[in-house]
Amino acid sequence: MEEKEKRVAHPYIPNSVPEIKEELLKEIGIESTEDIFGQIPEHLRLRRPLNIPKAILSEYELKKHVTELLSKNKNCEEYKNYLGGGCWQHYVPAVCKTIMERDEFLSAYVGEAFADHGKFQAQFEYASCIGELVDMDMVNTPTYDWAMACATTVRMASRMTGRSKALVAKSISPERLSCIKDYACSATPDIELVNYDPKSGLLDLNDLKDKLSEDVCVLYMENPNFFGVIEKDGQEIADLLHSKGALLSVGVDPISLGVLKPPARYGADFACGDVQPLGIPMSYGGGLGGFIATPDEPKFVAEYPSLLFGITETIEEGEYGFGEVLYERTSYASRDKAKDFLGTMAQLHGIVAGVYMALMGPQGMKELGEGLLQRAVYAVRKLSSVKGIKAPYFNSYHFKEFTVNFDDTGKTVADINKALLDHKIFGGKDLSKDFPELGQSALFCITEVHSKKDIDELTEALASVLGK
Amino acid sequence: MTNVRLRKFHQAHWDEPIIFELSVPGRRGLIPPAPEEEIKEAAGDPKGLVPEEMLRKEPPALPELDQKRVLAHYIHLAQETLGGNLCNDISQGTCTMKYNPRINEELAAHPGIASLHPWQDVDTAQGILEIYYKFEEILKEISGMDKFSLHPQGGAHAVYTAASIMRAYHRDRGELDKRREIISSAFTHPCDHAAPATAGFRLIILPPSENGYPSVEAVKAAVSENTAGMFITNPEDTGIYNTEIDQFVKIVHDAGGLCFYDQANANVLLGIARAREAGFDMCHFNIHKTFGTPHGCSGPGLGALGVRDHLAKYLPIPTVEYDGTKYYLDFDRPHSVGKVRQFQGPAGVLVRTYAWVMTIGQEYLKEVSEISTINHNYLQKKLQEQIPEIEVPYAPGRRRLEEARYCWQKLLEATGVSTTDILRRVGDFGLQHYWTSHHPWVVPEPMTLEPCESYGKEDLDEYVAVLKHIRDEAYSDPEIVKNAPHKCASHKLADETALDDPKRWATTWRAYVKKKGRA
Repeated sequence: MEEKEKRVAHPYIPNSVPEIKEELLKEIGIESTEDIFGQIPEHLRLRRPLNIPKAILSEYELKKHVTELLSKNKNCEEYKNYLGGGCWQHYVPAVCKTIMERDEFLSAYVGEAFADHGKFQAQFEYASCIGELVDMDMVNTPTYDWAMACATTVRMASRMTGRSKALVAKSISPERLSCIKDYACSATPDIELVNYDPKSGLLDLNDLKDKLSEDVCVLYMENPNFFGVIEKDGQEIADLLHSKGALLSVGVDPISLGVLKPPARYGADFACGDVQPLGIPMSYGGGLGGFIATPDEPKFVAEYPSLLFGITETIEEGEYGFGEVLYERTSYASRDKAKDFLGTMAQLHGIVAGVYMALMGPQGMKELGEGLLQRAVYAVRKLSSVKGIKAPYFNSYHFKEFTVNFDDTGKTVADINKALLDHKIFGGKDLSKDFPELGQSALFCITEVHSKKDIDELTEALASVLGK
Repeated sequence: MTNVRLRKFHQAHWDEPIIFELSVPGRRGLIPPAPEEEIKEAAGDPKGLVPEEMLRKEPPALPELDQKRVLAHYIHLAQETLGGNLCNDISQGTCTMKYNPRINEELAAHPGIASLHPWQDVDTAQGILEIYYKFEEILKEISGMDKFSLHPQGGAHAVYTAASIMRAYHRDRGELDKRREIISSAFTHPCDHAAPATAGFRLIILPPSENGYPSVEAVKAAVSENTAGMFITNPEDTGIYNTEIDQFVKIVHDAGGLCFYDQANANVLLGIARAREAGFDMCHFNIHKTFGTPHGCSGPGLGALGVRDHLAKYLPIPTVEYDGTKYYLDFDRPHSVGKVRQFQGPAGVLVRTYAWVMTIGQEYLKEVSEISTINHNYLQKKLQEQIPEIEVPYAPGRRRLEEARYCWQKLLEATGVSTTDILRRVGDFGLQHYWTSHHPWVVPEPMTLEPCESYGKEDLDEYVAVLKHIRDEAYSDPEIVKNAPHKCASHKLADETALDDPKRWATTWRAYVKKKGRA
């Protein structure tokens, strides 16, 4: 009689060796796992094999299979990418990649500081570097992304002021606005948008004055705003809000802070943003992590939902130790009585952002920021040389991103972007749905990965596509 | 049990300075690419490219280091971290600390995912959208749900999204003002209480009966015309399977509520039992637990949220669809709760988990659950044989599925050594310290271990031997346990109250320097 084919032990399941499995069952004193699963009522059991693909057991074939799928994508190394808007193509340094791949960080979770000392220290250093960028003393461990970070500041401001109306600049990312509306609505059911000036793209101060009242807890705005426009009236905006007892939360692109004034210096109470540009690959929008910073005052600190990793001392003379600041605030400690909720968020991205900031140092951040300012000016000049293109749409200073209007070309952004694909170019984000008042406009992003040649070729490609 | 030789372990201890203490003015770690001369000339002085009011006069005071020092510093910090891939991490019960395969990291670094922008034309992103679609199909089959969202970045995020969907559902029916109450159980994860509260609901948290979970009568008494729904897990954090779960669901449904199944503990039910058959409207999977992706020191994870048809219209936008020839993103969903995260969720995690499930496949997915329950029941038996002080409260005589909440109360009474002492001592043997319990500690002196399928018999035996050794020390040399750890990357904190004191806490170096009055 032919022997029954022996089942292969799965490389990820050490006890799937049939003899070991049998031995363990015997040790437990049962015949099969049915003696355990049998307690589940029969009508709740699945009594058929799952209809999912068969196992690809060899690593080689698995790699081949997934790589083939990934190779169906056109990536931003093959194509020139001008999309940004909250996920930006910056250079990812080799050291960042090395640290991101370390199994120690990659596969750690919620261990305490004596065994996960390095994780705590790396997070503390990340927060410390963000603190220098934004010029604030209290920084959280990262939340999911910038959208959740800014929505969280709205909730914090509502609790701090006891008010339930929030103002949000219309010139922020529409995706972040959607998140704020969903996440903050139980705290601030009343959310009103503050217009931007149609010519400059700057926050409309008159509209702010009209909408600001004593029931407003916060204004959330971005600088640079979603259109890449650098706001200039920060201090006046902060003063207006404070005069009504409201707070100011400003979302920033951290990579701008080598050259742009941090929000704290024009009166902001909260700074928030995304760590993605700081050494994290875009990964189809997967590489995000939201930071929140405030003054180090108990009234702010008490309202954070995040874990806050603090430095302290151990029983060993001269040794740094780490732990969690005001743990009782968190939902791990206080469940439904906590400040919002907490969970697995984006700590690895925080650690890598810390590595990036340490590599860049003050000079690196300054030089990078200056180069981004200059490239945007050059790109604007080149693009506006093409007949029918208006760049930038807004008459203002821009950082890294700017709007390009195609109304006079007679073509839609959608058509232009389709045609640019033939030139292996991902054109700017089409704004016509989210901001119809801008006509056929697109948001272009230029970073340090773009050379003069790239910008010149983009210009030529656009001229060709537009038949100019 | 095989004979175990306890490790003479010592974790790396670099006594590493804070990176700011390593700073030397003028050092550089990385030079960014400068724009070409033509660009510089055309643009002029960068100071002139920023409104005067917004110009940063001096660069941020980041540390200044050469590249080798940055690399070495972070490798030191890595070595002072006990990741699950390095050690016997049965310790973190409820967290399902699986092996995180290296091949998945290689795949996630492929430019076909790492260098994709989320707003690329969908024609240029067909590969990643196919992965979204196919992985969703797999989750639908495993859970019996009808549609999934892969936007949430962690389990709690998925739970929050479920609460947001529940809110939208009741609002659409004109009942949100009335239906504000969520029912849950004490041994359900805290996020199932905190996330609905964040969404504006009030919680009714039912205590366990002698079974370890609430009684049917308690659920009946809790529902009313104010009931919005139920958020509950099964097995609960005690590892006890609630055999009356479908009755709970029916009671809540009959009262007009919806039911969300927190499947953080799903690792033991793959191919065994599904959310659908129990009647749930929604469920989630912690992909970073059950589906093999890294925890990343606490994220990014992926909280896959599944719903039945009647709730599909509320899922976050965009959803991933297939028209028979092409994958596309559907933004045109007017009932959607909108965005809970930017773009399309943590796509890098998705690639990793797709690879994991494809290599586990139909043949081994149920094996994952079978081995997990075998591992747990073996570990529990050996622990109770070897350590008479260990108790397992609730539902006496009933087998736990994938984990148990143990109790060290008897040892504390006999020796004065507590569970927080023992967990620190565990670190001295090269094991990650173990998870006690979420708060409040309903089980006194708790310990929660989850020996999922990634651990072999020798790992289980080692764990038992270490705990037995520490138990013996508690009698023979309690101080060594109370002052532990001795061989870890750092030591017990001198004064934990410092972290609750505004004058002494510091989450940044600049705050620490100010408060300590040092440079």
